[in-house]
Amino acid sequence: MIEFLIRRVIYAMPIMLGVALVCFALVHLAPGDPLVSILPPDASQELQQKLRALYGFDRSYPEQFVSWIARALQGDLGVSIATSRPVLDEVLKAVGNTLRLAALATLIGFILGSLFGFVAGYFQNSWVDKLASLTAVLGVSVPHYWLGMVMVIVFSSQLMWLPASGAGPSGSDLWQWNWEHIQHMVLPALTMSVIPMGIISRTVRALVADILAQEFVMGLRAKGLTDLGILAHVVKNAAPTALAVMGLQLGYLLGGSILIETVFAWPGTGFLLNSAIFQRDLPLLQGTILVLAMFFVVLNMLVDMVQTLLDPRIARG
Amino acid sequence: MPLLSTRLNSPQLAVTVAERSPGYWQNVLHRLSRDKVAMAAAAVIVILLLLAVLGAWITPADPYKSSMLSRLKPIGTPNFPLGTDELGRDMLSRLMVGARLSLFMGITPVICAFFCGSIIGITAGYAGGAINSVIMRTIDVFYAFPSVLLAIALSGALGAGITNSLISLTVVFIPPIARIAESVTTQIRTRDFVEAARASGASAFTIVRVHVLGNVLGPIFVYATSLIAVAMILASGLSFLGLGVKPPEPEWGLMLNTLRTAIYTQPWVAALPGAMIFITSIAFNLLSDGLRSAMEIKQ
Repeated sequence: MIEFLIRRVIYAMPIMLGVALVCFALVHLAPGDPLVSILPPDASQELQQKLRALYGFDRSYPEQFVSWIARALQGDLGVSIATSRPVLDEVLKAVGNTLRLAALATLIGFILGSLFGFVAGYFQNSWVDKLASLTAVLGVSVPHYWLGMVMVIVFSSQLMWLPASGAGPSGSDLWQWNWEHIQHMVLPALTMSVIPMGIISRTVRALVADILAQEFVMGLRAKGLTDLGILAHVVKNAAPTALAVMGLQLGYLLGGSILIETVFAWPGTGFLLNSAIFQRDLPLLQGTILVLAMFFVVLNMLVDMVQTLLDPRIARG
Repeated sequence: MPLLSTRLNSPQLAVTVAERSPGYWQNVLHRLSRDKVAMAAAAVIVILLLLAVLGAWITPADPYKSSMLSRLKPIGTPNFPLGTDELGRDMLSRLMVGARLSLFMGITPVICAFFCGSIIGITAGYAGGAINSVIMRTIDVFYAFPSVLLAIALSGALGAGITNSLISLTVVFIPPIARIAESVTTQIRTRDFVEAARASGASAFTIVRVHVLGNVLGPIFVYATSLIAVAMILASGLSFLGLGVKPPEPEWGLMLNTLRTAIYTQPWVAALPGAMIFITSIAFNLLSDGLRSAMEIKQ
């Protein structure tokens, strides 16, 4: 078991390096001079050289990559070109907001999705099953940014129940435990939860159907176990995979929240990415993507580990 | 088998069976044609494709002609059955013509990724060994990014525009397709009939063309059809962010973006382009599900 966990960590190392390389390459894929957004058009040759040296753009790519990685490992992701503030500070503040939203959305999606999926798998081909399949298809098909707009139209513009944008009253972008901040979270979190709900309900339905068809269930029934007792066995067997899917969905939402954050003007990483792209703030773009992708790699690793701890058959297989 | 019983009950089909035993694809098509949901989805897709091809000629009004006087008219206005957008252009015409770019932006990357991903995956699976490791570990790196993040990061770095969006979406879809191609090819490679072909002197290219492709393309094809729905949502999402199609071209994601300011004045007109994306994505998902069960592929 320990050996498996260590192997999993070692496996993640080259992937992390590769991810860092891709993030680094992104900046150099970009057409034009990376300094174009801060240099005045009539900048002297000397000033251009000085700034280039300041940001390290005058050295060779491998040199730049190594020094970038070395600094990133120490928590220095450079300075945002647009705001002149450290990239890490900006990213961490935004990650907190995105994480809060994504975690709530995953939780809602997991609870509703597993409930739907469970009932559908238990009563296969019943109307509940058909309804659950339909919901799952709608959940994975809906353009979530549009769903966000429709939510705003219905609950903010027509019914006026909930605020349409922002993370708190009067543009507050830091979390506080109060009713107004919770209200601001409801619509984006509900919108975001639709995707994991569809995927988790599909997975759980297939899992439950699979488990019920296994011989040990017949054995339990023959032994005289009640339906409730069998249910407990099914839950126990389905849980590791369902939790793993939930973990991965959290990762997808963290990285994929940009569209929903744009719709709701939520001050998270998506919002940050959006402004980094349109202000051509390449260090900020690079840093945000690096942090999000690393989160995803680590989350993947943790999910594998937890799944193995819950279900030791995986390590043996 | 329900399939067999219908064959026997219908004399016309029984004759066909006597002449020639139906091939795998004929069976798949037959099963698919009996799947009502999949057929309905296919019908919707055919209509959308017709709109994409003929849209520009059959619109009731000029989709580019703006008018300051008739801005943001509600649904049901005379001459504007689905209202007008923020520049007074006819929504119905724009939605019809929009099918062309929207479908193009969604389908093209999947087709490109289908070819690139298959070639990469089959090469890795057939070569095995070190080549396989190098290719598949590289693929793993791209797999390590959530797809939406990778698509937005790439098109953000490359800059807005149709070509750049297509490139970034293709890059996003290559890894999953290559993974499936690799795993199926690896399974096929050790089978007896491949051994036999190799023993009889067939070249690697011939073996791949005759034996591997025939077995690999089916599963990848079904997977690729399921990606179209995702690609539609992502491609429109890029335009929605201002990274894809540029105005004044009618594309559903971009229309959704420019109409966002109107959600307090004409909410239902503003929501229309998204509904089109939703319908298209549902249709492709349902057709792909039907195809999967018709081909008896287990996920």
